[in-house]
Amino acid sequence: MATIDTKIDADVPAVAHEPPAPPSPLREFWERFSENRGALIGMWVIVVITVLAVFADVVAPHSPTQQFAQFQLLPPAWQEGGQLSFFLGTDPVGRDILSRLIHGARFSLFIGLVVVTLSLIVGVALGLFAGFFKGVVDNLIMRTVDIMMALPSLLLALAVVAILGPSLVNAMIAIAIVVLPQYIRITRAAVLAEMTKEYVTASRIAGASVFRLMFINILPNAMAPLIVQATLGFSTAILDAAALGFLGLGAQPPTPEWGTMLADAREFIRRAWWVMTFPGLAILITVLAFNLMGDGLRDALDPRLKK
Amino acid sequence: MLSFVLRRLALVIPTFFGVTLVAFLLVHLIPGDAIDVLGGERGVSPELRARLMAELGLDKPLWQQYLIYVGNVFQGDLGISTLNRKPVWEEFFARFPATLELSITAILFAIIVGLPAGIIAGVRRGSAFDHSVMGAALTGYSMPIFWWALLMIFFFSVTLGWTPVSGRISVIYFFDQPTGFMLIDSLLSGEKGAFRSAVSHLILPTIVLGTIPLAVIARMTRSSMIEVLSDDYIRTARAKGLSPFLVVNVHALRNALIPVITVIGLQVGTLLAGAILTETIFSWPGIGRWMIESIGRRDYPSVQGGILLIASAVIIVNLVVDVLYSIINPRIRYAS
Repeated sequence: MATIDTKIDADVPAVAHEPPAPPSPLREFWERFSENRGALIGMWVIVVITVLAVFADVVAPHSPTQQFAQFQLLPPAWQEGGQLSFFLGTDPVGRDILSRLIHGARFSLFIGLVVVTLSLIVGVALGLFAGFFKGVVDNLIMRTVDIMMALPSLLLALAVVAILGPSLVNAMIAIAIVVLPQYIRITRAAVLAEMTKEYVTASRIAGASVFRLMFINILPNAMAPLIVQATLGFSTAILDAAALGFLGLGAQPPTPEWGTMLADAREFIRRAWWVMTFPGLAILITVLAFNLMGDGLRDALDPRLKK
Repeated sequence: MLSFVLRRLALVIPTFFGVTLVAFLLVHLIPGDAIDVLGGERGVSPELRARLMAELGLDKPLWQQYLIYVGNVFQGDLGISTLNRKPVWEEFFARFPATLELSITAILFAIIVGLPAGIIAGVRRGSAFDHSVMGAALTGYSMPIFWWALLMIFFFSVTLGWTPVSGRISVIYFFDQPTGFMLIDSLLSGEKGAFRSAVSHLILPTIVLGTIPLAVIARMTRSSMIEVLSDDYIRTARAKGLSPFLVVNVHALRNALIPVITVIGLQVGTLLAGAILTETIFSWPGIGRWMIESIGRRDYPSVQGGILLIASAVIIVNLVVDVLYSIINPRIRYAS
């Protein structure tokens, strides 16, 4: 109690003399963000997964591709017959599942990063063009968006992979294309909303170039929803890439991608539950963490979007 | 009302043509042409190639080929499967009822569970129930459904032995399928146990496919309910002494459901994408599995036709949802 009293005493004179400085935007954001326990948990999980992914070579007990012929389908350590050095057990060809999962984190985060960066750059550019130039450009872009929205995302991604051939890179390109419409729509909506405002008119009269108007005046106003969308975009990208991997159209074996690891796990469902359980759990935890953080970011960055 | 429907229809037509263009270009962007696919490993002699090119119209300029393609589409000709030489149209409609049946049961499951869960969570905001529902919904929303399917099979089929692992009905039953819907056909067949078998085959795929829509519906219903419950007219209803049950289920729910209906409509795309994974895992003979098989076997006419028909289905359902929505919420009609 004593500490609290002294704190209040110390604060009172300062407040009486001058109004407190408004908290910096970053600080204000952090205060609102850290109020949300789920979002914090999500953030820390992502930090841990990122660290594991970066230091996979050091952290993982074994190589993700080394096959221990004498240890095929070893159960997890806590089960009878399990070994501590293969904590989560081994797969049908004797590879350590834990090591594969840790290395798999690299792929999932990398996929998320590439897909989000690609779709963000292209989507924002197209959205800016559509909102800024209106007319034919807008119509052309938005009708294309309509068409893309008519196709279920996974089907569209499958179609793109069918053209390009199954591989991890092509899966990433396919997913980046599939998620474009969301970024285009968000950016365009923000542009249309801001264009009518007086500060834009003022800037235009002052002789600001088109690019200045687009990128310096208008784009920052679309940042909040774009950041939220980009965070949630990580989860979509990881899920879709895993789905493509599962269907044999994404990363190819022996890549330790989580979805690919599940592709032939079904055969072992009866005798080795761990083969199919842990990769899926890894996907779920990662996607859940990004969704939790995305929800928290939305609430903290833009209270208007709060659901 | 009519003008609203017509305006929506006018927007749909260019989208449909766009989809035909995507389906058309898709096949032309694939490295190697249709002749290589037909020729397979052996290859094709130059003379035969020229003859086939002319026969298939591949020697014409691309825009002419496109016009011919669209013309064929409007006559119901979607090409012929390179796999079994059957019309793509027939192949699609042979499998469509299986996907439709699964999608309907999945969305019903999602509504029946998600709507009440969302309502209660919204009314008891901040309660333990609310937190559990929202936690479960976020988990469901983040679920890789192909893994979810494996878990369900492991638990209910392998460990407990309650449900079959795959297919639509036990192989011991054989009867005509006038409707294509297994639930109805098995009842009509009069075979003992057939309906039961059909239901038990349907349960796991339904839960798996319904999981994401269920999560979305629960979340949307909750937030919509919370918003409506803070409205003045609800306060009035409470003030005049109506029972809480009446206030929630009659006054609040009617308005809270409006955005929920839109969200349910938007789940059609999710269902069809989910059907690709769900059908593959449960060996469900629907269009999702057919698309995967067609892609795997490079049966491009089927892929092309399938994409066109699936997109058309999504466009039509979205149109219907739009119109329904405008009936429920007339403000939309006048606003746009």
